[in-house]
Amino acid sequence: MSAAAPQPKSFSFTAENLARAEKIIAKYPAGRQASAVIPLLYIAQNQNDNWVPKAALDYVAEILEMPPIKVYEVATFYTMFNLQPVGKNHVQVCTTTPCWLRGSADIVKACEHKLGIGAGETTPDGKFTLAEVECLGACVNAPMVQINDDFYEDLTPELMDKLLDTLAAGQKPAVGSQTGRKGSCAQDGPTSLRQKAKA
Amino acid sequence: MLEDKDRIFTNLYGFEPWNLEGARKRGVWDNTADLIKKGNAWVIEETKNSGLRGRGGAGFPTGMKWSFMPKPSDKPHYLVVNADESEPGTCKDRDILRYDPHRLLEGILLGCFAINAHASYIYIRGEFYNEASNMQKAIDEAYAAGLLGKNACGSGWDCDVYLHRGAGAYICGEETALMESLEGKKGQPRNKPPFPAGAGLYSCPTTINNVETIAAVPEILRRGATWFSSFGRPKNSGTKLYCISGHVNQPCNVEEAMSIPLKELIEKHAGGVRGGWDNLLAIIPGGSSTPVLPKEICDNVLMDFDALREVKSGLGTAGVIVMDKSTDIIYAIARLSHFYMHESCGQCTPCREGTGWLWRVMQRMVRGNATVEEIDTLLDVTKEIEGHTICALGDAAAWPVQGLIRHFKPQMIDRIEAYRKTARRAA
Repeated sequence: MSAAAPQPKSFSFTAENLARAEKIIAKYPAGRQASAVIPLLYIAQNQNDNWVPKAALDYVAEILEMPPIKVYEVATFYTMFNLQPVGKNHVQVCTTTPCWLRGSADIVKACEHKLGIGAGETTPDGKFTLAEVECLGACVNAPMVQINDDFYEDLTPELMDKLLDTLAAGQKPAVGSQTGRKGSCAQDGPTSLRQKAKA
Repeated sequence: MLEDKDRIFTNLYGFEPWNLEGARKRGVWDNTADLIKKGNAWVIEETKNSGLRGRGGAGFPTGMKWSFMPKPSDKPHYLVVNADESEPGTCKDRDILRYDPHRLLEGILLGCFAINAHASYIYIRGEFYNEASNMQKAIDEAYAAGLLGKNACGSGWDCDVYLHRGAGAYICGEETALMESLEGKKGQPRNKPPFPAGAGLYSCPTTINNVETIAAVPEILRRGATWFSSFGRPKNSGTKLYCISGHVNQPCNVEEAMSIPLKELIEKHAGGVRGGWDNLLAIIPGGSSTPVLPKEICDNVLMDFDALREVKSGLGTAGVIVMDKSTDIIYAIARLSHFYMHESCGQCTPCREGTGWLWRVMQRMVRGNATVEEIDTLLDVTKEIEGHTICALGDAAAWPVQGLIRHFKPQMIDRIEAYRKTARRAA
């Protein structure tokens, strides 16, 4: 947890989120409410501008009757919890080998050039945070990035540039392949299930 | 080549709707109750006879795994579905989760019935947000249609299915780490024994199966064990989802028969290697953990468990990562060392310290700033990590480096010599 992060003094779920949390806790057997820690941390993160302050960790611990340290352990073990503020668009570039083979280093460069920041940094206007991450599981659509909840795939530096322009303008780009591919189907069309493609 | 009529994953590319109506048109949820009425001994036996082996990487026979579950007692049984797909090179389960979630749900009902479970948790990697969204909508649809819940499909069997999102940790794909995570803890693997069938989730008897494994079960039961085992070589039977990434003209996922020659797989479905087959340098055949193979082996090897084990690699998840002659193979493997360092849970010393050590030395190997003797030291260290940790992540970190040294040692030596020459010139 960065000392620089402005930590709010208190945190609690909105009524709507509290109801959502209760529904989630009910998915697990009685006495096993700790199972809900990850989903509840997600709710806290969503409610708080995509990061989880310490007060929220304590709040979740209280709801789930867990020692706070157990919640801190979870929050620091998993990479998807942001423990300090991130930009409005959290740009995570996959650079593991399958993406690297298809040019992810150039995607990182394109982002750095466009945004004027390096990996792990946030633009002064708070619009973008850039990160390099490990395999996101979309290897046949490499190179790719995850921005907030969505995957953007089959990128080139030019397409990445365009994507960032669209986001900077406050618009939402089309999710998925940026070259119009359908899922994991070959770019030039399928070699199997051809009848279905026509239908 | 496998014909479409024998393909299980008929909505692999999402050409049709993923919802219940679309799924029914593909034959999903067709007479599921009749399959259940044949009894769980039949379900297990038919699955055993089909030769289905786990599709998550380890390749353990599915029917046999189910048969390890104890007889019903006062403890609940659980089926946990491993949808924490994170092995670099692998993106097949994603297509089932987003485009054919009902096929998975039908498999879950049958799997639950087989192992006497009335509840199942699907543990999906946190990054698959949109996939999780489709999956949850499919679960809701199935409940509304009476396909899940009390008396699921009118079969007399009660079956509840819950979706649980992870939060970014490769290690949670390891079955005991997954259960720890599902219980609300850090994803650190457990010692075995006890095995999950004895004491798994919440210390109850548990079976953990991969998404592709479970989703294949309904078609196997409908069409029969003999149909499924007619594909591939003995002990390697069935159809399989392959992910072909890297330096091919048409990267894609495809369902093919097991034991298909690697070269045929790439040429028929992935548009061939960039620049032609002769431009091939090496292939990682089954996800990042499986040792790399040089072109000479790729020329003839078959894509199955036994053939790839014979060449000291593995089928793993069938995530095929292709590298042409432009590749810096030392960096390609070094980047995997970085991956394993990042993903080590930190519990066992050989892995926690070893993966970082491998990454640091591999970075020097990339530059050539090393001695030839250090290549042997590097190999030694991988052997000290392998087999000395609670889970297989240590092995998975060791194998790619071992594969590199086994097949590309001359290139590593060349790099070292080139570095020395430049250093001397600079001095």
